[in-house]
Amino acid sequence: MTVHPATMKERAAEALHNDFLREAVKITTDKFFAGKALAQRSLGDWEAWRERGRAIRAHVLAHLDYYLGQLIDQVKSRGGKVHLCETAEDAVQVIVDIARARNARSVIKSKSMVTEEIQLNKALEAIGVRAVETDLGEYIIQLAHETPSHIIAPAIHKTKKDVAELFSQVAGKPIKDDTDTLTNFARQKLREEFLTGDIGITGCNFAVAETGSVALFTNEGNGRMVTTLPPVHVVVMGMERVVPTFEDLEVMMNLLPRSGTGQKLTSYVTVITGPRREGEVDGPEEFHLVIVDNGRSRILRDPEFREALQCIRCGACLNVCPVYRQIGGHAYGWVYPGPIGAVITPLLTDDLDRWGDLPYASSLCAACAEACPVKIPLHDMLVRHRVRYVAAGKTPPAERMAFRLYKRAFTSPRRYRLAFKTAVTFQRPLVKDRHLSARLPGLAGWTAGRDFPAAAPKRFRDLWPGLAAEARQMGGADHE
Amino acid sequence: MRVSLFVTCLVDSLFPEVGVSTVRLLRRLGAEVDFPENQICCGQPAFNAGYHPEARAVAEGWLDAFSSSDHIVSPSGSCGGMVVHGYEELFADDPTRLAQAREVRGKVYELSQFIVEVLGLEDVGARYPARVTYHPSCHATRLMGVGDAPVRLLRRVKDLEFVELPFAEECCGFGGTFSVKMGDVSTAIVSDKIRHIQETGADLVVGTDMGCLMNIEGRLRRIGSPVRVMHLAQLLEEGVQ
Repeated sequence: MTVHPATMKERAAEALHNDFLREAVKITTDKFFAGKALAQRSLGDWEAWRERGRAIRAHVLAHLDYYLGQLIDQVKSRGGKVHLCETAEDAVQVIVDIARARNARSVIKSKSMVTEEIQLNKALEAIGVRAVETDLGEYIIQLAHETPSHIIAPAIHKTKKDVAELFSQVAGKPIKDDTDTLTNFARQKLREEFLTGDIGITGCNFAVAETGSVALFTNEGNGRMVTTLPPVHVVVMGMERVVPTFEDLEVMMNLLPRSGTGQKLTSYVTVITGPRREGEVDGPEEFHLVIVDNGRSRILRDPEFREALQCIRCGACLNVCPVYRQIGGHAYGWVYPGPIGAVITPLLTDDLDRWGDLPYASSLCAACAEACPVKIPLHDMLVRHRVRYVAAGKTPPAERMAFRLYKRAFTSPRRYRLAFKTAVTFQRPLVKDRHLSARLPGLAGWTAGRDFPAAAPKRFRDLWPGLAAEARQMGGADHE
Repeated sequence: MRVSLFVTCLVDSLFPEVGVSTVRLLRRLGAEVDFPENQICCGQPAFNAGYHPEARAVAEGWLDAFSSSDHIVSPSGSCGGMVVHGYEELFADDPTRLAQAREVRGKVYELSQFIVEVLGLEDVGARYPARVTYHPSCHATRLMGVGDAPVRLLRRVKDLEFVELPFAEECCGFGGTFSVKMGDVSTAIVSDKIRHIQETGADLVVGTDMGCLMNIEGRLRRIGSPVRVMHLAQLLEEGVQ
């Protein structure tokens, strides 16, 4: 995880100069979105499925203590160990201790956003444990020393040529940049890692409370290797990722891949219940479930934002967000990009000074809320964040002044008229063909790239008496 | 049928001709139009920017202005969306105003929605010889549920050649204060929108919300494009035979 020093605005400006990034992100998100439309239709009444998904997630959040309790009991009864971690540091410490106890030299990982969030790889490196990402996209960005730029397509911003360069460095010889060569190279490399990894670490798409199982949705099968080959399996999950039963899991199995990549089902669904049992030939000797809070219970207590925890990390909101599609994921600065990132980053970090500008990276077009398979009102939440930012006095004084003036002018017809007259007077030297094309103070963000319409010589309300008379002449009976 | 015009502050002070066309069009379709003169703005600019005390003060004025209306029609889905969707959030802690907002909610229509759904008309008797594409505004689509009403109206205009806009439902990048605060991202988004408009070969792009249209037009003018921009009300009213 990299923490960028700049503001959202500066990071966005940087991304806008990267034409390749913008094109790559658009092509991939278009593909996902088109696939989603098809996959949605094949499921029948998509709105009914969304509502089921929302209801399950909302129910779990309303009874999270109960379901976490059930999950923990079930995991323990099947021989697994459970670690409840309040902070990122706690979670990292637990995993570091497990690695030390096993004298681990290498850890193989299957894709997990939570481990990005708690910066696990860095901590493992610090104690001399090599962590290898085995999801192809994650493997690529790990080689590039970058962070994921999309929740489900972490290397969305990389070209085949970029990947070939990275792989050539690993190989110590040139690797051709065609897809087959690249995937074969990664396959060879990763297979060596699978066989030598001391610990397997995975995320958890969902944990099923009734049986203490964890479910992983993957497309490359690496999840199965990571969970079965090493002698120790550590699952890291955000504390909200619980579903009550396998029936509920089935709903999520339908919603998540359809929403994210437009697949009806991911290629592999791996369900793991505890460590290897007596008589079994496969699976780890030790099974650990690390449940990470790291700010989530704070969100749970917050009635304005609790629904954000319904998120199933499908990335559908990213794929349709016009802002994400222009600037990609790194511009959001932390682990979670796009609309969901702009909502949860300020909450998880509880740092308004650093992340309070993220909710402004939205035109509030509501495409995110429409795309969300569990109906999180993302665009409303972005507004709620802005309300808090304003209330905390973080917005620029000129902006606060502007809205004070707006309130004064727009609550009194007399003052509104005066404000209009003033605008008409002041704009006079700047108007050309009913537009203002000069760079105006306060409007510079607009006028740098677009002309701005001038105030009309007469307002509609000044024209209304004439319009009313027109109706009378025509024999109409309009009210005035 | 009595209709109260919700003119919107943007139309009132920047694009009054759109208000004029809206009134004339509604009249021609048989409605009696009144104009509650105490209306100023629905409060959306302050609401979206996070200035809710300011937004509430302005929105209360709006509620009072339209308290006795039967049907409220607006040439903007975004401003209509503010009333039907935003007021719920804005007045969550004020039971009196919330009740008032909920009562008025069922009476608010975006213009094309009103014509198609309430008046039951698709052919308004207009003729407009041009190659036309249509940009569906986000709030009209997602907050007001306007659907394809504007397209159905356009398809019935004589001599008008309608062309679908690729990626029609992607935002034009306006977003109120977003267009100023993140001006370069906003400009990048509208540039994509314009690329798609140009792909259609249309000479005219029509919309139902002046916020989006002034954004699109502002960029078209800046790059010197000959493509014109028009509100649906203007096309249907000016294009009458």
